[in-house]
Amino acid sequence: MGFDTAYEAITEESGDQRWAFGTGFADPLAGVDTSVPDGVAGADLAAYCLAIGDDALIMSQRLQEWLARAPELEEETALANIALDLLGQARLLLTRAGHADGSGRTEDDLAYGRGPDEFRNVRLAEVGDADFGGLMARLLVFSTWRLALLDRLRASADPVLAAIAAKGVQELTYHRDYAAQWLLRLALGTSYSRERMAAGLAAVAPLTADLFADSDLELRLSPEVAPRPAELRAEFDEVLATVLGRASLAWPDAPARPAPRGEHTRELGPLLDELQSVARAHPGATW
Amino acid sequence: MTEALDVTEALEQHFDEVVARDRRIEPRDWMPEGYRKTMIRQIAQHAHSEIIGMQPEGGWVTRAPSLRRKAILLAKVQDEAGHGMYLYSAAETLGADRADLTRRLITGAQKYSSIFNYPALSFADVGVIGWLVDGAAICNQVPLCRSSYGPYARAMIRICKEESFHQRQGYELLLTMMRGTPAQQELVQDATTRWWWPSLMMFGPPDTESPNTAQSMRWRIKRHTNDELRQRFVDMTVPQAQALGVTLPDPELRWNAERESYDFGQPDWSELKRVISGDGPCNAERIERRRAAHEDGAWVREAAVAYAARESKEASA
Amino acid sequence: MSDPGWPLYEVFLRSKRGLNHVHVGSLHAADAQMALRHARDLYTRRNEGVSIWVVASADITASSPDEKDPFFAPSGDKVYRHPTFYDIPDSVPHI
Repeated sequence: MGFDTAYEAITEESGDQRWAFGTGFADPLAGVDTSVPDGVAGADLAAYCLAIGDDALIMSQRLQEWLARAPELEEETALANIALDLLGQARLLLTRAGHADGSGRTEDDLAYGRGPDEFRNVRLAEVGDADFGGLMARLLVFSTWRLALLDRLRASADPVLAAIAAKGVQELTYHRDYAAQWLLRLALGTSYSRERMAAGLAAVAPLTADLFADSDLELRLSPEVAPRPAELRAEFDEVLATVLGRASLAWPDAPARPAPRGEHTRELGPLLDELQSVARAHPGATW
Repeated sequence: MTEALDVTEALEQHFDEVVARDRRIEPRDWMPEGYRKTMIRQIAQHAHSEIIGMQPEGGWVTRAPSLRRKAILLAKVQDEAGHGMYLYSAAETLGADRADLTRRLITGAQKYSSIFNYPALSFADVGVIGWLVDGAAICNQVPLCRSSYGPYARAMIRICKEESFHQRQGYELLLTMMRGTPAQQELVQDATTRWWWPSLMMFGPPDTESPNTAQSMRWRIKRHTNDELRQRFVDMTVPQAQALGVTLPDPELRWNAERESYDFGQPDWSELKRVISGDGPCNAERIERRRAAHEDGAWVREAAVAYAARESKEASA
Repeated sequence: MSDPGWPLYEVFLRSKRGLNHVHVGSLHAADAQMALRHARDLYTRRNEGVSIWVVASADITASSPDEKDPFFAPSGDKVYRHPTFYDIPDSVPHI
């Protein structure tokens, strides 16, 4: 096998040039029954998918703001990967929501047609970051929590949610690892980077209580469709303790009142204005 | 003394033979200093172009009007970062250093394709950039897959495979918009009018004003002249414009049955000179953005180095 | 600007269809673990299931490509012992 042939084997693609992502892209919902399972309230399932879909959509949006701003070109690629993974999860979850509640709303109807008061993401997803240290703190918390959640959702009674979670677990494992590696580097790098990493943790700690507060919706859906948020706390605490322990950083003291989903910071409005600006300027247009 | 000259002459002859036989020059081969320098400059400028090229379209990712378009555009811009990295890596095989090349970009000592000094004013520009700018880039780049320098040629193979999706996605967006609302159609026509002439300028000045072309062709760094590639691009693109239903802003554009090719007007070459020398609409903004990312990120890069040093010290303790 | 910079790593990939690892290029990272993750990000966006090796460029010892050729420098050189592009200051004319 000549050198060029071996090299080209690596860059070989499926030949179907309409796909953005080339080979290795498998539809996670292939063969999955998309009807709402018996005994599951469609409206509740939809509301839940919308909430965790919004988490991914808004977090991805914040990551997209780092395009052409990352500290090194390799980090551009990594952050874009994470943003793409979360966007993919959001699209599947929003689509599921629009199907499950019988409204037939599409992923775009939901992403571009709702106002800030109708978004159900946690506050952690929508806040901006002061710097790369802040981003890594937020990404570590978000990914650790979401991985714990998706891991349990693989057993959901809703087969679509289970399939989305199965794919998402692989992705989130990578995201969590990426954030943890950076936390270590920044915490144990220079004194300046340590300071910035600690500041990043201090900024997200008050928003963490939101993630583990049980709501009526989740109480109705557990245990068959989704876990109760409070169940995720132990794994989250263990992972964070391990990472922070190696980094010799303490989790900041942050007594905070947990906010329910639907309660937002002032940052969501401008974020959505930007996200929705072109779509809203052309109502009814196809893109 | 004479012996040394004989050796150099023999090395040069061997080099010329390898190139003439369309074989590859590899990093460890002897090569004329002029070849090495030209190669580094060409590859570096290509790499800088990919990185700077992330900005005009990257600015529209957060505002993409559908989630599918958002994903496609994000993947495309990510590809461009990757292409920049493949190319910097090729330049480094010649002894260059990426951090140093980045400094040269930021200080203006090295250039990037002047096309990226134009603004992307609407979402239609995203489609037109994919169609025209990537289209022109592909015209330039496919021949470079047979360029004489091995690492560059191999990087180009990978880049070309990835870039073919870029152009198709841009064109598909335009098709969708042209079948859409009157407002969308207007955006497409407006973007086309603004990007057409700069796209023609991507192939460089006319052959009569390109003094370096002859040497680059001899060294198989360049496989076709500027005018040859420009003509090829026009011939490929005019039918695409017709299929879209947009008008190209050139009153002299017409089919020449004798040449079996399109006649077209000359771009305003003084504009190209001005934009290259720093007087384009976005030159300052593009460099500033790159400079800010690089400098704001210095503390992060330093932290990683400090951590690595600490870990390796502990490992060997 | 006292930016120490990240060292260069060479990347080798074995695709699921290939038989050996093949050199695909290089990238920068602060250490080998980071290099592996960067290689995964950069080179496996379109292909799943590849095996990745990263090696610090400084650790690669290379021979001359054309062993038969008597004109080349002795083999066993390190890869990047070239006179670099930047040895000559800008202020020196006609270079």
